[in-house]
Amino acid sequence: MSRPTRPNRRRFYVAFAVVALLLAGVVSSFASSSPDGLERVADDQGMAQAEKEHDLADSPLADYGIGAIDNGLVSGGVAGVVGVLVVLTLTAGLTLAVRRKNAAGRGS
Amino acid sequence: MHVPDGFLDATTSLATAGVAAAGVGVALRGARRELDERTAPMAGLVAAFVFAVQMLNFPVGAGTSGHLLGGALAAVLVGPWTGVLCVSVVLIVQALLFADGGITALGTNVTLLSLVAVGAGWLMFRALQRMLPNTTTWVAPAAAVAAFVSVPVTAAAFTGLYAVGGTAPIPLDGLLTAMLGWHSLIGIGEAVITGLTVASITAVRPDLVFGAHRALRSRPLDVRTATAPQEAR
Repeated sequence: MSRPTRPNRRRFYVAFAVVALLLAGVVSSFASSSPDGLERVADDQGMAQAEKEHDLADSPLADYGIGAIDNGLVSGGVAGVVGVLVVLTLTAGLTLAVRRKNAAGRGS
Repeated sequence: MHVPDGFLDATTSLATAGVAAAGVGVALRGARRELDERTAPMAGLVAAFVFAVQMLNFPVGAGTSGHLLGGALAAVLVGPWTGVLCVSVVLIVQALLFADGGITALGTNVTLLSLVAVGAGWLMFRALQRMLPNTTTWVAPAAAVAAFVSVPVTAAAFTGLYAVGGTAPIPLDGLLTAMLGWHSLIGIGEAVITGLTVASITAVRPDLVFGAHRALRSRPLDVRTATAPQEAR
């Protein structure tokens, strides 16, 4: 029985990361800017009247854009790439810590 | 569906923060059993992918959009406990770096978009797996249906929280109808994205899909003749 050749694991991980970076860095500029489901319901039903502004609304990456970059495409793309890298790093660190603890637990 | 500050009162926000902290604590323990040499690198990648795809709002009609929640996707790809950790990291980064989802609402968002969405997605996926043939072919369709279901369930859970601690006095039946209506539409997008992603990964590396492990274990070994030393995988 022939099966399609499997890409090796490392190559697969790299491809997955590249896809995430392209989606956040490039494809995100084509995303809809309409209000999402909850925002729409909040406007229609009156929840929005109680909404408070985000405490970090002036942060450099607020609303998925780099405040210092004027070009909207570049600004959103760079913010997306930064976000992907931060999430990847934090989650990888967390998983590593969980696995270390696991190994330590087994050892004792 | 990120809840901003101000929608829910302080008591409810504190209570959901407690639920979120307890849930993530349990997930940290549960994830120990899920994470091995193969799934551990996937966790970071899945979290990064969920973050990226959450930026891709798709139109669902009448000037409204939706985006992936990713709860069912993460659960199927890396397991429910690790999935909770992945989506929670995404939500924390979104609230603290991107001002998306309130700070006081962070516990609410982790409770809803991580615990509820991942939980609903995973339970639905497991229920479907028990009914469907135990082959890798059915992993992606089951994930898609589970993803669809997870969105209105999460929307209903938000409405439940709002019934307890909503700040603006508004009729709850209208809120529930509107939440379920829009989020059923968004659920279709959730199902398409989740189905395509799980199908693509299952096609090339089913061993890296947590939800496919059950099917892989029951698959009979196929005997292949080695023609050359295989590269290390």
